[in-house]
Amino acid sequence: MATSGNPKVLNRADLTRRLVGKLRDQAVVAGIGNANFDLYAAGHRAQNFYMLGSMGLACPIALGVALAQPERGVIALEGDGSLLMSLGCLATIATVKPRNLTLIIWDNGIYQITGKQVTATSHATDIVAVAIGAGIANSSWVRDEAHFEELIGRGFEQGGPTLLVAKIDDKPGEIQPPRDPALVRNRFMKGLGDARSGVLDR
Amino acid sequence: MTWSDTFLAALKDNDVRLISYVPDNVLTPLIKGATADNYFMSVNATREDEALGTVAGAWMGGMRGIVMMQTSGFALIANALASLIVPYQIPAIMVVSERGTIGEFNIGQVLVARTMRPVLDALAVVHHTLTDEATLRFVVDRSIKQAMLTQSPVVFILSPLLTGGNPAGPK
Repeated sequence: MATSGNPKVLNRADLTRRLVGKLRDQAVVAGIGNANFDLYAAGHRAQNFYMLGSMGLACPIALGVALAQPERGVIALEGDGSLLMSLGCLATIATVKPRNLTLIIWDNGIYQITGKQVTATSHATDIVAVAIGAGIANSSWVRDEAHFEELIGRGFEQGGPTLLVAKIDDKPGEIQPPRDPALVRNRFMKGLGDARSGVLDR
Repeated sequence: MTWSDTFLAALKDNDVRLISYVPDNVLTPLIKGATADNYFMSVNATREDEALGTVAGAWMGGMRGIVMMQTSGFALIANALASLIVPYQIPAIMVVSERGTIGEFNIGQVLVARTMRPVLDALAVVHHTLTDEATLRFVVDRSIKQAMLTQSPVVFILSPLLTGGNPAGPK
């Protein structure tokens, strides 16, 4: 697999739990498949968005949230296969330079949910190098759990755009969020402060 | 007022601030007007589905937005429409400069233009073909309001009858 610095192979569910444990009201947009399964498994949060379709669009959606709410930290959780589908968004994010946007890429070098077919990151493609080349200077491999804790110990409201790539194993997510896009959208918007989304909650 | 000034004024009247676009000759006056105006936040996207994702995220965060694309760009967004915008009930606004008709020189645009309305109809997405400056403001203003009030996307298709078509034109 293409990396630099020989990062330790980590576990997506474990890192997601560590991330969620550090968050307050930051928005988290999780991409299709195991990225959003493990976010849900870590304990649903009011500011979580589970992307059930539209492979590749987690980072663009997160960019939109970051633009609409510049005071709120916004985090995208995305897999390597999904990111490869929309590499251009790294250039857009580098150009727009939202200070409150962090992209966390779970890289296991496979399309895990469709049968573990290998992706380009199992061969020559190094996502950190791609991101730096796209213009996201603040891009790095996650060396190990302690390094991840250090990287996520900040608030996410400033200092971005940041891209972190964790080399992970092939353990799939164990539970899935409800397949109800309207519900997901309603709860996410309520969590982001939209008054109307909560009007029937008593 | 030019058609593009009128269109931008209707966006402003409806608090549509974010403009995410992939450029096109016909859209030039719209994009130029938007980027020159500090009211709008203009983001050049690398692909039209990326633009749609950005507008979807922004809307959920409380900022209305529009995607500007040309006809061939519309061909790229079927999955984003069908698996994000429509099922999540995002009132994304889209404006498509209509290539492929009334003077097109590129057969690719002709073929994509044939897919546009059937795809939108199949997904039950409201669309209006804008041909006439006189009714432009009324249609755009009220259709944006309808989109917001019904949590449904809307597509404005800019006919060559309105815009004059691609300046490169048939030769």
